[in-house]
Amino acid sequence: MTTAEKRIGAVANYVDERIGAAGWVKKSLNKVFPDHWSFMLGEVCMYSFIILLLSGTFLTLWFDPSQRDVIYEGVYAPLKGLKMSAAYASTLDISFEVRGGLLMRQIHHWAANIFMAAIVAHLLRVFFTGAFRKPREFNWILGIILLTLGFVEGLFGYSLPDDLLSGTGLRITSAIIQAIPLVGTYISFFLFGGAFPGTGFIPRIFTLHVLLIPGAFLAVITIHVMLVWYQKHTQFPGPGKTEKNVVGHPILPVYMAKAGGFFFIVFGVIAFLSAVASINPIWLYGPYTPGQISAGSQPDWYMGWLDGLVRMAPPLETHALGHTISWNILIPALIVPGIVFTGMALYPFIESWITGDKREHHLLDRPRNVPNRTALGVMSVTFVMVALINGGNDIFATNFDLSINEIMWFSRISIFLLPPLSFVITKRLCLSLQRADRELVLHGKETGRLVRMPNGEFVEVHEPISAQKRWILTSHEQPQALELPDIDSRGVKRPGGVKNKIRARLSKAHAVAVPKVSAQELKEIEGH
Amino acid sequence: MSTVSNEIEATEDPGTAPHVLRAADLNPRSEKRAEQQVAILFVLSGIGSLLLIYSYVFIDKNLFIFIPVMGNQNASQLGLGLGMAMSLFFLGMAAIHWAKTLMPETEVINHRHEFRSSNEDREEFVATVKGGVAGVQLGRRKLIKGSLAGAMGLFALPPVLLLRDLGPLPKKQLETTSWKAGTRLVTDPGNRPILASDLEVGAVVQTLPAVAEGSERLLSDIAKDPVLLIRLRPEDFQLTPEKLAMTHEGIIAFSKICSHMGCAVALYEQQTKHLLCPCHQSTFDVTRGAKVIFGPAARPLPQLDITVDNEGYLIARAPFSEPVGPSFWERNSQ
Repeated sequence: MTTAEKRIGAVANYVDERIGAAGWVKKSLNKVFPDHWSFMLGEVCMYSFIILLLSGTFLTLWFDPSQRDVIYEGVYAPLKGLKMSAAYASTLDISFEVRGGLLMRQIHHWAANIFMAAIVAHLLRVFFTGAFRKPREFNWILGIILLTLGFVEGLFGYSLPDDLLSGTGLRITSAIIQAIPLVGTYISFFLFGGAFPGTGFIPRIFTLHVLLIPGAFLAVITIHVMLVWYQKHTQFPGPGKTEKNVVGHPILPVYMAKAGGFFFIVFGVIAFLSAVASINPIWLYGPYTPGQISAGSQPDWYMGWLDGLVRMAPPLETHALGHTISWNILIPALIVPGIVFTGMALYPFIESWITGDKREHHLLDRPRNVPNRTALGVMSVTFVMVALINGGNDIFATNFDLSINEIMWFSRISIFLLPPLSFVITKRLCLSLQRADRELVLHGKETGRLVRMPNGEFVEVHEPISAQKRWILTSHEQPQALELPDIDSRGVKRPGGVKNKIRARLSKAHAVAVPKVSAQELKEIEGH
Repeated sequence: MSTVSNEIEATEDPGTAPHVLRAADLNPRSEKRAEQQVAILFVLSGIGSLLLIYSYVFIDKNLFIFIPVMGNQNASQLGLGLGMAMSLFFLGMAAIHWAKTLMPETEVINHRHEFRSSNEDREEFVATVKGGVAGVQLGRRKLIKGSLAGAMGLFALPPVLLLRDLGPLPKKQLETTSWKAGTRLVTDPGNRPILASDLEVGAVVQTLPAVAEGSERLLSDIAKDPVLLIRLRPEDFQLTPEKLAMTHEGIIAFSKICSHMGCAVALYEQQTKHLLCPCHQSTFDVTRGAKVIFGPAARPLPQLDITVDNEGYLIARAPFSEPVGPSFWERNSQ
């Protein structure tokens, strides 16, 4: 034994005699992680969160979260002598007088944008591959909670500098709060500490932004990751992979080195972006004052779809009995997002109700093999994309010389038209891809080699695909529609007729598929 | 209800593909080369750290340099950023290259187990919980049950109550502005009173109510008070007689605070005489009393009744007759 080994052994012995860690640590170190590029998306989320914690802590060392008036006397000449909040002035100081301060601000903001993008990409991966199915429904819901927290944390974060752009965002936030019937006005006055913009909001959201919400994040992320650990990762179907096993690399050393290395790559890429691509140059916007605004006011990208929905809302208000209800704000800013998020959270349960499938699933679906789910996902993405495009309608109008009114009308019509259309197209595409898979298994792949037959006919030579590939294309299950007859076996009408009918309809739609190649058919091909 | 089935006979799993050895596993020269590559990546990371330190210590934080495509860049910020990016990125690359080329990469198979606990475990669990609950005797102790519920209910109130002092009650704050009968309109910025005769047709001025010399405006007032003055030819107006009476020789005054979500309605298009809110593109027609002609706003911008005082300066003849800004529950919009 070398001296190094002896020393480490002594430490390990000391710890193990006190907490008996060897047993479970050993088990954990043998944990296997399957490999696929899309499994890195969740890692990007976690790494950018760590980068947010690090860069955010740096920023708090100089940031002054106060709306107290100060006269700016810093180095940035265009704003010298102007009255502004201490929050804005200290953000200018971080940008211009702290070495590396601007870099950290940029890293923090870039990391936030990438954090949200990675969450969305991770969510889509989990959705389209069916990774949310039993036993992982809890983790799906935790993910939705993290996404929701991300929206709030991001909004608070970019509001803190108290510049003209972020103040405008808060103005809109306060209008949304005010629109809540009955209690909205009171909630707004309490949150802002008086009439907008008040004097209390920035310090209050600072506490939420740096303490409460990150704490919640940390707790939920910990449970999220521990559940992945405990339940073991899902894997894509393939040769040797079953519902009962997990094939991949053990945590030591390969996975650890790759995952650890990947953290530094994510950090490096964010640092590079921050060095060369300026984001949120608050010194150009000036301090916030409610009487002014800059054209082309845009929120961060993940808020854009909500803003787009608000923009396209019809001018509807109810005036009755001395009260006002602003449907033009309530519907796009609260009701529709509420439905979207609730629907997302409930989806695993809805799907399992439709299919009647209560088994555990550890092998992922290829999206084409579940056309209904895939189509629903694309439909939702289309909805958000139309809203997002409308959120940037002013930017599109100026850059592409279009009429803003036409873009708005395009969006108003498209938001109803394109999602169902994309559902139908996606479903057809999935079925076509299934058909292509079937062709490939039955007739092999085209080689591009033409052969002239004795009778003069030209044919292309097809090459049979490998056994591994054939397994990937044929190993999936094809669910069958639930049979829910109105009348049970004894001729008695079953209760819940309408509910059963809906379920049967949905189940039938969910089970639509091109029959996959059976073993029988394969044997037949091999025969000739 | 077993509903998912593979009625057709399943194809056969060919099993995990045979392990393919990498170049470094077979050839000592490849192995040596991979080792050198990893070392080079680590060295590049070190150079990045040195660049960061150099930039921090030696580059003036206010030095700007011109870089093609990127334009003028702060050299310190760029040096720090690129140094940091290099140091981090190559550290990661080195670790991954090392793992991919040199570390043992045979795939391992773990087995999964059903998560459901065994029946014995479940029964023991239920028995334990039942025993515990029975020990509490909540079913028998009616008095405790009732008082517990009452105490818990009351217990929930203080946390909500304690937040009451977060802010004042709204009172009439959303209904009122600083405008009073006789308040002069002053330019913003500048605080100068405005002679009606100085405004030419087509002129647009942002104004605020005059305040006493030396007194400060609150931001919460600036959130309600801004007024846009626009002078048109009187014949351009298509207004009701009451609204026309609120103008002064072609000068019309609107609240600048959008009736949708309270942004400043700052874009005025001379030719069409439309006001556009940059936040959500609500469009108001000035000639028709800021009627909404496009976008999500549901109400016209409130119009301020203006006239001139005996020195010829523009003043408000009366306060706004309705609340300005976004809607709220208590707003009486009849």
